[in-house]
Amino acid sequence: MHSADLIVIGAGPAGMSAARRAAGSGLSVLLLDEQPTPGGQIYRDVDRASKTRGAILGSDFTDGRALTRGLAHENITHLRGAVVWQIEEATRVNFTRNGKAELAEGRRILLATGALERPMPVPGWTLPGVMTAGAAQIMLKQSDIACERAVLVGSGPLLYLVATQMVRAGVPPLALVETQTKADLARSLRHLGGALRGWPYLLKGLRMLWELRRAGITRHVGASDIAVEGDRNASGVTFRVGGIGHRIACDTVLLHHGVVPNTQAARSIDIPHRWDDAQGCFAPECDEWGRTAVSTVFIAGDGAGIGGARAAALAGEISALEIARDLGRMTEEERDAEARPLRSGLGAERAARPFIDSAYPPYPGALAPADDTIVCRCEEVTAGDIRRTAGLGCLGPNQAKAFVRAGMGPCQGRYCGLSVTRILSDMNGIPPDATGYYRIRPPLKPVTLGEIAALAEHETVEVGK
Amino acid sequence: MKPDSPFREIDPETDRVTVRFGSSELSLPRGENLAGALLVAGVMPFRHTPLSGAPRGPFCMMGACYDCLVEIDGINRQACMLQVTEGLQIERPSINRAIKGAGNA
Amino acid sequence: MTSDYAIIGGGIVGLSTAWGLLKRGLRVTVLDGDDGSFRASRGNFGLVWVQSKGMNQPRYAQWSQASAAAWADFAAELGDATGHDLGLEQRGGYDLHFSEESLEATVAKYEILKQKLGGNYPYEVLGHNALRLEEPAIGPRVVGAILHHQDGHANPLRLLRALADDVRRLGGVILNGKRVTRVDKTDLFRISCDDGTEVEARKTVLSAGLGAAALGPMMGFKAPIRPQRGQVMVTEKLPKLINRPSLIARQVDEGGIQIGATNEEVGLDDTVTQPGLSGLAAEAIAAFPVLAKAQLVRSWGALRILSPDGLPIYQQSPDMPGAYLVTCHSGVTLAAAHARFLPAWLEGADAAPDLEVFSETRFTVS
Repeated sequence: MHSADLIVIGAGPAGMSAARRAAGSGLSVLLLDEQPTPGGQIYRDVDRASKTRGAILGSDFTDGRALTRGLAHENITHLRGAVVWQIEEATRVNFTRNGKAELAEGRRILLATGALERPMPVPGWTLPGVMTAGAAQIMLKQSDIACERAVLVGSGPLLYLVATQMVRAGVPPLALVETQTKADLARSLRHLGGALRGWPYLLKGLRMLWELRRAGITRHVGASDIAVEGDRNASGVTFRVGGIGHRIACDTVLLHHGVVPNTQAARSIDIPHRWDDAQGCFAPECDEWGRTAVSTVFIAGDGAGIGGARAAALAGEISALEIARDLGRMTEEERDAEARPLRSGLGAERAARPFIDSAYPPYPGALAPADDTIVCRCEEVTAGDIRRTAGLGCLGPNQAKAFVRAGMGPCQGRYCGLSVTRILSDMNGIPPDATGYYRIRPPLKPVTLGEIAALAEHETVEVGK
Repeated sequence: MKPDSPFREIDPETDRVTVRFGSSELSLPRGENLAGALLVAGVMPFRHTPLSGAPRGPFCMMGACYDCLVEIDGINRQACMLQVTEGLQIERPSINRAIKGAGNA
Repeated sequence: MTSDYAIIGGGIVGLSTAWGLLKRGLRVTVLDGDDGSFRASRGNFGLVWVQSKGMNQPRYAQWSQASAAAWADFAAELGDATGHDLGLEQRGGYDLHFSEESLEATVAKYEILKQKLGGNYPYEVLGHNALRLEEPAIGPRVVGAILHHQDGHANPLRLLRALADDVRRLGGVILNGKRVTRVDKTDLFRISCDDGTEVEARKTVLSAGLGAAALGPMMGFKAPIRPQRGQVMVTEKLPKLINRPSLIARQVDEGGIQIGATNEEVGLDDTVTQPGLSGLAAEAIAAFPVLAKAQLVRSWGALRILSPDGLPIYQQSPDMPGAYLVTCHSGVTLAAAHARFLPAWLEGADAAPDLEVFSETRFTVS
């Protein structure tokens, strides 16, 4: 059994910065992360990136090294390849590492589990060769692998970022098929004033668009009726713009229409969540320090609401300060004084968010998929299957899950949960908050029975019938 | 294995090891992400769904979607969460091998 | 519109009863809970089971046998009507044993029950080698099994869905998301919900699972029921590995291995615990060692609805004639009995089954 003052789950920007700040305050920190190297998805494998790769990915990526370096602190134990499958009693974390289950006890727990790409169920999205744009970027970051003859589909700044990185890598995408419309842009302009505080983000966006234009990448804006064609592999993308049908032959399709908080761990311990209409997702209820209704558990970073890497790093530090105060390592005054500049930075980081969220909304066709489109990839459940459960009296995703098996597969509903909530919400005319979400149970990630059974020596309950 | 994979290593790693995927022998870059390395080597699909038998390959590359499952030492695991090591013996998931005609590497 | 019956509780017990009443041409309204209600119907183990039931009350063994015997026809009719295959398999089931002593002790008890049942208790004892022929994946620590030929299993979630579908198709009304707060009787029953919904009916059936503990006394029942937690787990889909179900593990028709279950007196707490999972996993691996390499995909805690002696309760209210308490912890096994035989009892028909031993008078303190 490991034990620490603070267990941090996730070694992305929020987890790394929180671990460092907490360690600096004298707390013992156990940092658990699934990956073999620290960085999370945004700074994936940043320490190993070669000079050329660094140039392709840009300084926003290589900046992550400051955070990974911070982990070299005597109070931090960083366990790599640690897959968390259960949190119990608000203080115990069960995980497996190298094929062996282990337990850890922490006085406080910080969830820094980041974001997932918003599910984008369009016809053909389960075909081999269709991946998320984030997946393409991960391959570039970690393995120097580029997707050839690719079409990027969806909306949001990440599409531009991945496209420009592909251009720099010498493997430009065939085209961008973008779902945001001119009306979205017009609506977003009322947030432009606030967004000017976040001007570096706007400038970066404009630079990326200019770079894509210079590289001659075609952008189809305002696309609808998107479908991926293919039999055994993706072979093309079809869509309509302004009433005209298009088809682009390709080998890979990279989907993206925003990221959403990864709430699996928080939900597994019944932390209350609320629907965020602006971001079109659920987010856990936290106070200004990231503390949840479960008083020993904190959440920082994109897992608490999408804000990006820099905001996540700041939020991680802010949570660490309150945890340090909570455990008697600093006074309230010291905490507040140290938090002040962090909060000001956080405000600036978040300034551009409302503009970005309204300029690049999710693709409506994937929020209300056609009846025959698969929504639950694991159990191959279609949107129509979900809609029919509403006719059978299913008011929420849990009864629907029991009826059609959506969310029962190994991904634990990560890639269908939001779709199912939204479809039922639309069908029943009940808001997402009242419709609710899957009740997440252990394991958070599949774990072998052998690994779980090996813990039976520690403590078991009588098994009977 | 298809030789014409649409996934390409930009700067090919020279330190390579031999692994087995089903009946094929592959030369993959040591220490790299297994799912990525298999994609470059032309492995596709990785598996077929137990329900409809539809082909699947890596989707999220971050351990969330479970579409890149392969079997190693009798255990179904996410290829995107593994690194390439010398002598890996990789199979398609056993439920695929049990379905006649589907997923035989 | 006044219904003949208002059924309080839209789980497997309430819906199979409703289905049977509809088949008799009666008008039925079902009041069901919400998405987050405790629902044994979503958490049960899915066995259609006879062995070990009613060791001290042969009438319960007979009632289970009658239901198991009626299941195939019930499943076929419901399946045909809705297009949902209920996954019923009745090719026998095992009680697996890890010691000769426990096997012999159980056989001795079965022999006594068999005599009380006039010999209708078709089981056989398989030693390890005989069991291995039937179940090649069985582990060396299993010394033998009792194979009972009246046992089987079904897909309980498809049963629930088919009932929810067919009750509507037969003209039943199901109101979802309702919490019943009071039941009054004048000429008719009036069932009131917290959202203002009111339903009038000639008779009413309380089949609200654990909800009956609060509603029962308001309707004149003792309703001495309590929750008992059962943790259950399911693996990833695997090739055919287990041929017949047992109390330890069964392979569901979708391919996963379902493993159960703990018996824990923890009140209304349906959490899953690591010690619970570890104990279940260890036992399942002892029975089928190859499961050590299987990935656990889902687990849950469900709350059994138990009476003091574990038997069902079928009781008409002494204070409110026309109100009936129907509760049990074997809603899947007894679904066919509730659909086929219980309606006659509710209607007071000549062909009604004798359910006197299941009345609440057995809980009277003497």
